[in-house]
Amino acid sequence: MTTAALPGGRPVRWGEAGMLAAGLVSLTLLLVVFVVLPLGAILVRSLYDRNDAFVGLANFAAFLQTPALTVSVWNSVAVSALTTTIVVPLAFAYAFAITRTAMPGKGLFKALAQIPILAPSLLPAIALVYLFGNKGVLRDLMMGHSIYGPIGIVIGEVFYTFPHAVMILTVALSTADARLYEAAEALGAGRLRRFLTITLPGARYGLISAVFVVFTLVITDFGVPKVIGGSFNVLATDVYKQVVGQQNFGMGAVVGMVLLVPAVLAFVADWIGQKRQMALLSARSVPYAPRRRPAGDGLALLFCALVAGLLLGILGMAGFASLATFWPYDLTPTLANYDFAQFDSAGWSSYWNSLRLSVWTAVVGTAVVFVGAWLIERSPAARPLAAVARMAAIVPLAVPGMVLGLAYIFFFNAPWNPLGWLYHGMAILVLSTVVHFYTVSHLTAVTALKQLDREFEAVSASLKVPVWTTFLRVTVPLCLPAILDIAIYFFVNAMTTVSAVVFLYAPATKPASVAVLNMDDAGEVAGAAAMAMMIVYTSAGVRALHAVLSWVLQRRTQAWRAR
Amino acid sequence: MTLRTALAGAAGIAIAAGLGLSAAQAATKLTVYTALENEQLAPYKKSFEADNPGIEIEWVRDSTGVVTAKLLAEKDNPRADAIWGLAASSLMILDAQGMLHPYAPKEAGALKPAFVDGKTPPAWVGMDAWMAAICFNTVEAEKRKLPKPASWADLLKPEYKGQVVMPNPASSGTGFLAVSGWLQTMGSDKGWSYMDRLNDNVAVYTHSGSKPCRMAASGEYAIGISIEYTGAQQKTKGAPIDVILAAEGAGWEMEATAIVKGTKNLDAAQKLADWAATRKANELYVNFYQVTAHPGVTKDTPNYPKNAEASMIKNNDFAWAAANRDAILAEWGKRYNAKSEPKS
Repeated sequence: MTTAALPGGRPVRWGEAGMLAAGLVSLTLLLVVFVVLPLGAILVRSLYDRNDAFVGLANFAAFLQTPALTVSVWNSVAVSALTTTIVVPLAFAYAFAITRTAMPGKGLFKALAQIPILAPSLLPAIALVYLFGNKGVLRDLMMGHSIYGPIGIVIGEVFYTFPHAVMILTVALSTADARLYEAAEALGAGRLRRFLTITLPGARYGLISAVFVVFTLVITDFGVPKVIGGSFNVLATDVYKQVVGQQNFGMGAVVGMVLLVPAVLAFVADWIGQKRQMALLSARSVPYAPRRRPAGDGLALLFCALVAGLLLGILGMAGFASLATFWPYDLTPTLANYDFAQFDSAGWSSYWNSLRLSVWTAVVGTAVVFVGAWLIERSPAARPLAAVARMAAIVPLAVPGMVLGLAYIFFFNAPWNPLGWLYHGMAILVLSTVVHFYTVSHLTAVTALKQLDREFEAVSASLKVPVWTTFLRVTVPLCLPAILDIAIYFFVNAMTTVSAVVFLYAPATKPASVAVLNMDDAGEVAGAAAMAMMIVYTSAGVRALHAVLSWVLQRRTQAWRAR
Repeated sequence: MTLRTALAGAAGIAIAAGLGLSAAQAATKLTVYTALENEQLAPYKKSFEADNPGIEIEWVRDSTGVVTAKLLAEKDNPRADAIWGLAASSLMILDAQGMLHPYAPKEAGALKPAFVDGKTPPAWVGMDAWMAAICFNTVEAEKRKLPKPASWADLLKPEYKGQVVMPNPASSGTGFLAVSGWLQTMGSDKGWSYMDRLNDNVAVYTHSGSKPCRMAASGEYAIGISIEYTGAQQKTKGAPIDVILAAEGAGWEMEATAIVKGTKNLDAAQKLADWAATRKANELYVNFYQVTAHPGVTKDTPNYPKNAEASMIKNNDFAWAAANRDAILAEWGKRYNAKSEPKS
């Protein structure tokens, strides 16, 4: 896997190698222009004060002398670590249930796990306040503690990150070689032993990815702590205070750089995970098909029902909020809150903008991510280049949306930038959203690709089949479920994203998610909840469509997985 | 494949970009950045366009902090033609960066002097004022037997412990104007010791300025230090709250209009600045705010606290507040930020 030869040691034809190298170069260029340079443009600001005077490292010095800094760092790490510890085992069990058991309703539970990303982050925040706030229906469960603080943040973040972890882990667990299990069983290994020696190691790459994705998502998210964190300071809200509260971009960039640390660690972990992961599915593999085990399947069903029930409960509370006349004093149900024109002059147009944004993000994002991941993983040429591209693909996860949005203004609105025409249109929204959600999609694609034996390509090469034919005829069909997952992930996230696009939308391109935020700002909580529910209905509809499509595809292209 | 991919990618980007280009334009489209409330956008736009045919306003609206950050970030290549309805203190920051085109609107002479930038020609012209106010939930008060506060000093009473919410001045302009008001009226020493004691009663510092009032309106906490505008708005919607202007006077802030330097539509932008300073425009503002820039325009806004103008602190020193902002926020952070656990 190191030299300029296709895996398997057979030399490729020069034309192919050249094409693959060219592809990798264009991908790297793309990532440099849309990730590295904009971020560079804002990180440079950390060396300037707010009057654009160069101050060297003064901002860093000021930051280090802030007395509340250690509190923020500690709070951020504690909240992120706690959320990760809760979410990853939960998501692993959930993903295990929907991939490795024969319980009924797996497709339904897979869809239900995605509920949290169907909803703008404001929705769970509203729901949590209505459930556990001082006037909340379940406030007694808090036993006198306040939801406005670390407890609220952790609950909100668990809800928010759960689908991301499930998505990565489902992909990691969905492919397995049945021969390993058969051999282990024949050798007398018990179920626990098989789990510990085959299942866990097989999913190791997915697990490491999930841990870092969850940790990084929590540490950079300001949405949940801003709305429900009360006075509990975390680094992400420190960025918010500097950028939005005080327009001090230099200090905002300094805190933003601190937040990049987990991403660097994630890159190292990813790189280590890479080296160790072997392909789970070789050309000789026999796909694993779970057998019926009434007790285990029942337990799995109970667990999934419980988790999905909690997710639905939070969503249901928000649905209720969108129907209440005036919480909590007048709970008469009304549909008036769905008449958006009364709250927001853009009315329904923002909803259509969001649809366009989501479709474009899904199309462009999926194409770039999947082809990109394939080039990084499979291109025989220039490993250093692949390493650069890989790093650039991991970075976006660690960048708070706000920082990304400002970075795009600084970079694309600069008078000297030849790409300036992108600014102020739908294109900049699409591009920023693709970049914002690049990492998880990339990791999903890589996880799927890693499970395919390189021998598929080696055999094709020896048969003199061009690489791209193998890609189109073998790789894409085999990875189709993952590709669809990525497309849907981009779609639903584009429907809900706020933090970056809030700086980038133009009058004609205001998205619905921003309208939600504006309505909430204006005190129209019910209207905001109603528009947020519209987003949920849309994404849920697209998901349902996806489920049908997956089912058809499963029958047509994934038949090989079954025996 | 790779070539095809690259082409497909490029085509995708090109098409995506094409989406952003709108149809050919007939009227002059004036891009106006604003932090006005949503409900104000439509009537303001309609009135202005009726009086100025051939000009069409395209709003870019967001909260004060986001709009200010966006304007500053676009400094080297401004996209806004004009700003209508942004905090004067934000406009002062922009002015200090040389981003505003000074212009004296035709009827600016008729406005209250405090509402017009002191320079000639002025860089910005005020529209209306909003001020720090106390939102007090009467239903919760009854339940908890809390007396109605009448002054800032009242908020220090021990029975309010854990019942007061206020915006964090580092995140919210409203929070800052309350703090700046206290420091200006009480003086530095007394002001800080007031906030020390207030801090004992505060349950949560929020990031949004209107949120404390909304929390009071929904009974989460009994008392929210916020803005009188949000209070009146929530009350109109049915919230059981009283909007109280503290007896000692309150810190206040203006919404104002300005022209962005380098606009390609200077003519239209000046027409907007002219119109925004007219009596007619002020008669629109007064539907939402009791205190407007025009001395002759008053009206009893529904659910609005009376005598708003009288409770605005005299000689509100915006320049002092701007110059000392960083120091005040640093001191505030040192005193109250490290409070990691909110009190329940």
